[in-house]
Amino acid sequence: MRLPRPRGDLSAQLIDALASGTPETPALAAGGIGDPSTDDVQLALWILYEQHYRGFEDVDPSLEWSPDLLRLRRTLETPFEAWICDLTATTVKEATEEGDDVVAQLEHLTRDQSGALARHLHREATAEQYRDFLVQRSIYHLKESDPHAWALPRLDGPAKVALAELQYDEYGDGVSARLHSRLFADALEGAGLDPSYGAYVDRASAPTLVANNAMSLFGLHRRLRGAAMGHLAAFEMTSSLPCRRYVQGAERLGLDERVVRYFDEHVEADAVHEQLAARAICGSMVEAEPDLHDDVLLGAAACLVLEGLAGDRLLEEWR
Amino acid sequence: MSARRTQAVVVPGGPLLLRGADVVLDEDGEQHEVGRPVVALCACGLSQRKPWCDGTHKLAQGPES
Repeated sequence: MRLPRPRGDLSAQLIDALASGTPETPALAAGGIGDPSTDDVQLALWILYEQHYRGFEDVDPSLEWSPDLLRLRRTLETPFEAWICDLTATTVKEATEEGDDVVAQLEHLTRDQSGALARHLHREATAEQYRDFLVQRSIYHLKESDPHAWALPRLDGPAKVALAELQYDEYGDGVSARLHSRLFADALEGAGLDPSYGAYVDRASAPTLVANNAMSLFGLHRRLRGAAMGHLAAFEMTSSLPCRRYVQGAERLGLDERVVRYFDEHVEADAVHEQLAARAICGSMVEAEPDLHDDVLLGAAACLVLEGLAGDRLLEEWR
Repeated sequence: MSARRTQAVVVPGGPLLLRGADVVLDEDGEQHEVGRPVVALCACGLSQRKPWCDGTHKLAQGPES
């Protein structure tokens, strides 16, 4: 993947700095960034995080650990994390009113499975809209499960075992053709889209970048491992039923069987994963480290609220 | 490596998690190969892809429009 196109002054400066290999540009983010959820800030943050995944072919890989870029990342992350906390405060509070059991709280938070986006894709979407949906989802699904994998070395005991078991399935059960990210690439190809990693970053909406950056924020900070696992649980717990609708929508539109296969795999897989993520991962983790309880709820609420905003953006565009 | 241990876990209000199985026989005696380390078997009878759980039990418990 090559560097994306800029979306404002900050991302333009960052892209120039990365391309030229001179990250010590003093003007970067000087004087605060304002709203952390804008296209410009979110793209800059996404680029900085991507250095820790596959990176960019036109960027010197040693810049992953450039102190100037890490400082910039921190400058963007701090207000972004505060913004997420504000946005999810009501949802988190609602969960805490459901008793003390983290599994019951997660079940309460994810009880509404009615998702307007899934309903639309099931019954009404055009093939073009379905492809728009795949394009937005490609930002995550081409690195499916990678943001949660950062938590593995930061957990121990039953929670670690359960996360490894869940991820073994995400990562293909020993068969590279079954890697979930590979199944998604196949689905993109089947839909006539570009399956290459990062192909659609320029088309990713700000809410899509927000949802992805939140996963990286939680994953890359050991401090936030509870939020990373709460996010994973909420993601898995709200997947099976929508995936069934995505399957039916793809069948209704006569889309390629590779599109159907991707979502079909997730109906069954995520019915397993949601149990592992809620009980075996989050339940065990909170038992071992009770201080992480609130962060699990933060991560779960962030997943639900931010994925909801990304879906709403698509529905707005189609209106 | 030690032999794989088969384990069944009953999830309250949810499916039966089966770990380490090779094959599942459904109510008609049909064989279903197990392709993943853990599978979730429908325990509520409502799944549309039995013997596997597809999450439908949640619709019986919570709101869905």
